[in-house]
Amino acid sequence: MLLSILPPSDIKAVDKPNDAGSIISLSWKLSVDDASIDGYAILRKTTTDTTLQRIGSTIRGVSSFEDEGVQDNTEYQYLVAAIKNGELFYSEHSNTAKSFAQVFHTGRINVLVAIVTFTLMLAYFVTLARSGKGLFIRKIAGLAAVEEAVGRATEMGKPILYVPGLGDIDWTATIASMNILGEVARKIALYDTALIVPNRWSVTFTVAKEVVKEAFISEGRPEKFREDYVRYLTEAQFGFAAAVNGIMMREKPATNFFIGRFWAESLIMAETGSQAGSFQIAGTDSVLQLPFFVTACDYTLMGEELYAASAYLSREPILLGSLKAQDYGKLIALLILLGFTALSFLNLDLLPLLRVQ
Amino acid sequence: MKRKLPLAICFIMGIVMIVQFFIPHPVSLESANVIYKWVIALMAFALVLAIGNLIRHHGFKIQKRKEGWPYSIVTLAGMFGMAMVGLVWGVAPDSLYQRIFLNVLAPLGGTMFALLAYYMASAAYRSFRARSLEATLLLVSAFIVMIGFMPFGQYVHPQFPAFAEWIMRVPNMASQRGILLGVAFGSIATALKIILGIERSWLGGKE
Repeated sequence: MLLSILPPSDIKAVDKPNDAGSIISLSWKLSVDDASIDGYAILRKTTTDTTLQRIGSTIRGVSSFEDEGVQDNTEYQYLVAAIKNGELFYSEHSNTAKSFAQVFHTGRINVLVAIVTFTLMLAYFVTLARSGKGLFIRKIAGLAAVEEAVGRATEMGKPILYVPGLGDIDWTATIASMNILGEVARKIALYDTALIVPNRWSVTFTVAKEVVKEAFISEGRPEKFREDYVRYLTEAQFGFAAAVNGIMMREKPATNFFIGRFWAESLIMAETGSQAGSFQIAGTDSVLQLPFFVTACDYTLMGEELYAASAYLSREPILLGSLKAQDYGKLIALLILLGFTALSFLNLDLLPLLRVQ
Repeated sequence: MKRKLPLAICFIMGIVMIVQFFIPHPVSLESANVIYKWVIALMAFALVLAIGNLIRHHGFKIQKRKEGWPYSIVTLAGMFGMAMVGLVWGVAPDSLYQRIFLNVLAPLGGTMFALLAYYMASAAYRSFRARSLEATLLLVSAFIVMIGFMPFGQYVHPQFPAFAEWIMRVPNMASQRGILLGVAFGSIATALKIILGIERSWLGGKE
């Protein structure tokens, strides 16, 4: 004979916030007999229905459920039943709720505020730079060496190898690498130096080719551009590393650039280049690969230096202005982090404000 | 016009994707899906260009008998061979295509990865020579971490593993987070500069 089981209580139904609609979120207070039941059954009906439909179940100890099969703008009511040996012990009806699609994600307001603030800072410093106000930019050794690297290759009569990373074009590091490639290619266009740009992805290949071609055109030397400068190799990670190693050992480039996103192959390529006697400049935002590049290369652009490189090399005031915005952005972020840390000592946890949903 | 059109497309698509991030409505999600499908279509076109480049490059090397030309024959034979095997016999899990992939390509990739151990030893030898203060610090901290993470470490000193853990969790993590903070802002700035047309190096730079 079954003892009576107390059902769950306080059933609440609400539209799931910040979604595309069709979902109602349910929550309830667990049955006081939660430890001895098998689980909970969720039942639903519209306000015009007379019968309940079982739409799902959960294990015991769970006090929420998302009903993903509802029609927008239709009112629903729910019951949650405790299950014990196949028998259901019904709760009271929930409130009525209807789902609808939201037009603004309130959980991302913090991101919006950050983007707007940063864009305004960017606009301010770009305007400041346009007005002719000199902005101090510290010397970045790795970038100051680019001119030397191109000159060295020209003197030796050997090519320059530029590896734009192994990330596809959707990696910001790859986009930054393409910007640097444009600046490097413009310097190369002024000398009679060969360039080799191996690519892992078809899209980066087409982008790199256009970037190099445009750089030669902008320097007024389109006839110096050769289709063979930019090459497609393979999508296989270590196949690509093997092919780049082969190029380094066969063609003995005077200078190697490894700039972009890299994974485990970083040291394989950089160490081979080092053994081949090439002058090497690397740059990546991958903190795990930075030590390998620091070890095996002559200069390494660390993290943000990768993103500053294009502005530094081109010396365009507008781009230099954007670097100032980056620096002040970091300062604000650091102040916020310090402030929130200090407030946490007063038991004020403001970290949820920074969380992105 | 040649400059303005790519800049306009970049600006419009960049703004659309930023706005889409803040709108969970189905219309917004469907628009993003359509754009992602365009990207896949563009990638297919880019792949045709990339394979054309590969064939032209290696074909030229074979034709001119340039250094290492036999490797170019292997490259082209591998590419066309695998394509033919896949087209004729399919790419099902037990097909010839999959067997070649698993028994030839995967071990070759594994072999390259295994070489990393050798490269690490050679790079470590070079960087651990205590020629400067930085190199000495690197050598000492690497020694502590390596010994501390081995079972042998606790016999050297009971606190050795805890000290190695502290090096990884505090100074190492603090440096990594510092770099990551800079990367995050650099990344946002790069994206905004390209969307707003401030950064034009990808178009040749000058006006």
